[in-house]
Amino acid sequence: MSWTRRHLLTIEELSPEEIVTLLDTAASFKEVGTRTIKKVPALRGKTVASLFMEPSTRTRISFELAAKRLSADTISVTAQSSSITKGESLKDTAKNIEALNTDFVVLRHSAAGAARFLADRLDAGILNAGDGAHEHPTQALLDVFTIREKLGRVEGLEVLILGDILFSRVARSNIWALTKLGARVTLCGPSTLVPAEFAKLGVRLTQDVEAALRRADVVNLLRIQHERQRKTYFPSTGEYSAIFGLTSERFLLTKPEVLIMHPGPINRGVEIASEVADCPRSVILEQVGNGLAVRMAALYLLNGAQGNAQAARADKG
Amino acid sequence: MTTVLNASAMQRALARMAHEILERNEDVDQLVLIGLQTRGVFLARRLAERLSQATGVPVPTGVLDISMHRDDLGLRGAAPEMKATHISFPIDGKTVVLVDDVLFTGRSVRAAMDALMDLGRPRRIQLAVLVDRGHWELPIRADYIGKATPTARDERIKVKMAEEDGVDEVSMVRSPA
Repeated sequence: MSWTRRHLLTIEELSPEEIVTLLDTAASFKEVGTRTIKKVPALRGKTVASLFMEPSTRTRISFELAAKRLSADTISVTAQSSSITKGESLKDTAKNIEALNTDFVVLRHSAAGAARFLADRLDAGILNAGDGAHEHPTQALLDVFTIREKLGRVEGLEVLILGDILFSRVARSNIWALTKLGARVTLCGPSTLVPAEFAKLGVRLTQDVEAALRRADVVNLLRIQHERQRKTYFPSTGEYSAIFGLTSERFLLTKPEVLIMHPGPINRGVEIASEVADCPRSVILEQVGNGLAVRMAALYLLNGAQGNAQAARADKG
Repeated sequence: MTTVLNASAMQRALARMAHEILERNEDVDQLVLIGLQTRGVFLARRLAERLSQATGVPVPTGVLDISMHRDDLGLRGAAPEMKATHISFPIDGKTVVLVDDVLFTGRSVRAAMDALMDLGRPRRIQLAVLVDRGHWELPIRADYIGKATPTARDERIKVKMAEEDGVDEVSMVRSPA
């Protein structure tokens, strides 16, 4: 199918076909990473600005490297090192970046809807790199890419998302991507962090960690997002780990071919035991590699659609 | 619609091209064929089979997708659908014969050569096409040509191959004005 979106804001708005197009395109870009020269000219002459208002290691370097591997020029702004600390608004910062003729803005922001806000106001293509507890589309795409690559399919699989669901944009984007592709999703975690409203999204909620682990083909672990919790949702990290952590003992309950996933950063000994994070069933570092391919695919497809919009404007003029 | 090549004419053209490739390249063991997605891939496999049969030397084939190297990205409306690149052997020092179905402007071949150079350093690159329809926009010419067919710019060459389309046939269609 041909891709027509100029922005990548949410997984919720994508059709299953669009998700598959992204995954198939990412597979081609993964091959580029195996070449001697790991760079292709697809975005030559384009500029990608990354605007990170919240801390990030993986997503930021992954987007930047993706842009560079596509031959785009990149600029990077982080909240701490910019005039945002002097009180400049998101819109003004973005307008200034656009005044430098940037073609794409990659945005991470603590407010849900921030990426949409910019998409409505700028001509540049916007890629949502995480907006509050709302969505993190490229993370979900790299997760389903990894599942599809490792297990050959997504449809019909049992996927357990375990941890802090309430504050997790990764969980929301993953639920959309997985259910659209036909996986069965179970959410598990402290009841304060797994709100009942999630059942409306067509997923199963449970408190029974051990039964859920036995059933799962994929276990996606989520970190406790202390930075978003203004009050205490559970007694202590020790107790969290004892009840919901993927300890070595609980790992023994899982299927032999289970995939252990985590979007990072991992807190060893809290949501995942060190030995489990480093075991052969863990694909945590492969997820990082696949993230690069997925972000190259997203930039490539949005760039094609941007040409479409420019051609339409030229026709009018 | 006019038929340019029927099934048996396509076979004869491929047989002749295989002979010409052998004539030009005595060191068959240094020869590799790389087909451009999609129909160039089938043509490369068919030519390689003929070369191997004639010489007893296996000739490896690879698959190249040029989407990432095109010069019209952002001019076309949507990004071209990307297919796989799969070349499982080193091309350094080899004679690479690029195989495509139609030579038109030469821009695909330009992109293919760029892509190839990123994968290694071949000793030489030659070009084999089933149909050369003219209208070159770059100084690129084919070394092996199945059939040279002068065309008008608004005509289209439609290549069908058994592997993908169930039938071997090349036809020319005038696009509706």
